[in-house]
Amino acid sequence: MITKQLLKINSHMQIAEDTFEVVVQSPLAKELKPGQFVHIALPNHMLRRPVSIAGVDTQAETFTIIFKIFGEGTRELSKYQAGDTLDVILPCGTYYPIDQLEIDQALIVGGGIGVPPLYYLAKTLKENGVKVTSVLGFQSKDQIFYEEKFQVLGDTYIATNDGSYGTKGFVTDIIDEINPTFDYFFSCGPTPMLKAVSHQLEGYNGYISLEERMGCGVGTCYACVVPLKQDPKQSKKICKDGPVFSANEVILS
Amino acid sequence: MNLTTRLPGLMLKNPVMPASGCFGFGKEYSQFYDLSELGAIIVKAATGEARFGNPTPRVAETSSGMLNAIGLQNPGVEKIIEEELPFLRSYDTPVIANVAGSTVEEYVKVTKALNHSKDIAALELNISCPNVKEGGVQFGTDPSLAKEVTYQVKEASDYPVYVKLSPNVSNIVEMAKEVADAGADGLSMINTLTGMQINLKQRKPIIANQTGGLSGPAIKPIAIRMIYEVRQALDIPIIGMGGIITAEDVLEFLLAGANAVAVGTANFQNPLACPEIINDLPSMLKQYGFYSVEDAIGKGHV
Ligand SMILES: Cc1cc2nc3c(=O)[nH]c(=O)nc-3n(C[C@H](O)[C@H](O)[C@H](O)COP(=O)(O)OP(=O)(O)OC[C@H]3O[C@@H](n4cnc5c(N)ncnc54)[C@H](O)[C@@H]3O)c2cc1C
Ligand SMILES: Cc1cc2nc3c(=O)[nH]c(=O)nc-3n(C[C@H](O)[C@H](O)[C@H](O)COP(=O)(O)O)c2cc1C
Ligand code: FES
Repeated sequence: MITKQLLKINSHMQIAEDTFEVVVQSPLAKELKPGQFVHIALPNHMLRRPVSIAGVDTQAETFTIIFKIFGEGTRELSKYQAGDTLDVILPCGTYYPIDQLEIDQALIVGGGIGVPPLYYLAKTLKENGVKVTSVLGFQSKDQIFYEEKFQVLGDTYIATNDGSYGTKGFVTDIIDEINPTFDYFFSCGPTPMLKAVSHQLEGYNGYISLEERMGCGVGTCYACVVPLKQDPKQSKKICKDGPVFSANEVILS
Repeated sequence: MNLTTRLPGLMLKNPVMPASGCFGFGKEYSQFYDLSELGAIIVKAATGEARFGNPTPRVAETSSGMLNAIGLQNPGVEKIIEEELPFLRSYDTPVIANVAGSTVEEYVKVTKALNHSKDIAALELNISCPNVKEGGVQFGTDPSLAKEVTYQVKEASDYPVYVKLSPNVSNIVEMAKEVADAGADGLSMINTLTGMQINLKQRKPIIANQTGGLSGPAIKPIAIRMIYEVRQALDIPIIGMGGIITAEDVLEFLLAGANAVAVGTANFQNPLACPEIINDLPSMLKQYGFYSVEDAIGKGHV
């Protein structure tokens, strides 16, 4: 059940260039699934900011978010501290339907701020006995986060746009190189990357997670629609019917 | 404290209702609170056929507000009547349907279709949407077109008709007079103001449609001024809206001459905006020396 809550920040720290990890206390934490997001209100901002759930600690009843400073809102969010209160709508959106899938091996493909939700997904898959291979792309070495955490879950490959770490180039270059075997791929990142990955992995089963500017974040305003491949005159709402979609379900623009 | 307010076809237990396009058809926000708390509900626009709307991005944040260019996306009036409106039956609050179109014929078609629904109490005639290529705001900025479409819809409708005015005009009183002459039972004002925001990095407008409608606190002074001017000239009932966030904002609209109010953009920031405002109203009205909502209507005029 979706609600609005005022939640306490347990910890707030920088983990890479302009990138922050925030742990938030919430009795709803155990209900949050990989792929879902929270919608955060910020003082002096009319619209909330959607941020993915990057992890859950059911014992401690906390969830983790990871964000990068992009504009005014995320800059504001970077100034919060442990002990501060966050105004959050949660849980928002759909999740990766891994409970309904037969998976032995999964390929994780993430780019930049698309990486956080995939960490929670990869961790859950690993706990379910799935073999996980992760291919992650960042702009440069300074922006890389969670590399060791992904390595604990399985083979992890990193690409940087400027070549300052790992493979120089894109996640698609690594996929070409390592030619991984998998039953399903899961991808999240900037739309150009999602397009490239969906194209490269055409014919495979997979799920992607999309971003769009949002109004309500709960499905009432029609701000965040994406057209369907089956019939481009029909659309789905990324905030409510997504952000997770089957890779061949929607038209990426 | 008596919060009731009476308008044609609408006996409201309190003056606060969500604005069209900012509340869908109620389902999502019903997860946050009991919709029976609301004075009324204005649902998303209905057109003759399903509309896909504009390309994305469709929204942008501004100082104290937002731009939107949704483009009247909706499943079409028949589907709305069959699949969306019945959900609201279980709530003890009147529903107002929002009627949109590109031609007078389409407005009349939607109006006639809605005559067959028992789930609504009134129509809001949207002649002020700035985000569609044809119709919409054209009807709302040309006084003779506004008069014509109001007259035709009023002829066709079994329900009271509230005409939603566009603020994108130089003389709001003239528009109000024209639609009042054509038989409007009430006015709803204001819709959004046409605006634009340019992305510095991309060197192009953020919204794919380029322009969008500005809403939120940024437009409140304009809404207050326009309602005040219309109230000086006419006795017609007014549903006021534009930037309402708090109970104090509601009182300001009542003082300007609104008989009831609608809350739009604030729902996005705070899904509980409407019930919280309703909850705050009694003590706030008392604080400013009023004993009922109707007591405050129009009392801001000198
Ligand atoms: C489902 C979803 C999950 C996301 N998860 C994460 C995450 O885990 N970590 C992370 O760092 N970022 C994430 N993002 C992107 C994040 O929402 C934006 O970076 C953020 O909204 C930018 O806000 P700003 O005020 O800093 O930027 P500004 O450019 O000042 O924001 C202006 C407006 O545009 C919107 N906006 C700008 N960029 C985006 C974008 N890429 N997506 C959606 N809205 C945008 C803002 O929300 C705001 O309304 C996610 C986006 C979505 C849709
Ligand atoms: C996302 C969005 C969608 C809207 N859709 C409609 C609509 O379908 N029909 C309509 O008459 N007004 C629509 N409006 C206008 C609002 O009903 C309201 O008149 C306007 O936003 C001013 O009120 P506010 O400042 O409280 O939002 C929309 C506004 C927004 C922000
Ligand atoms: S953001 Fe409002 S419908 Fe998705």
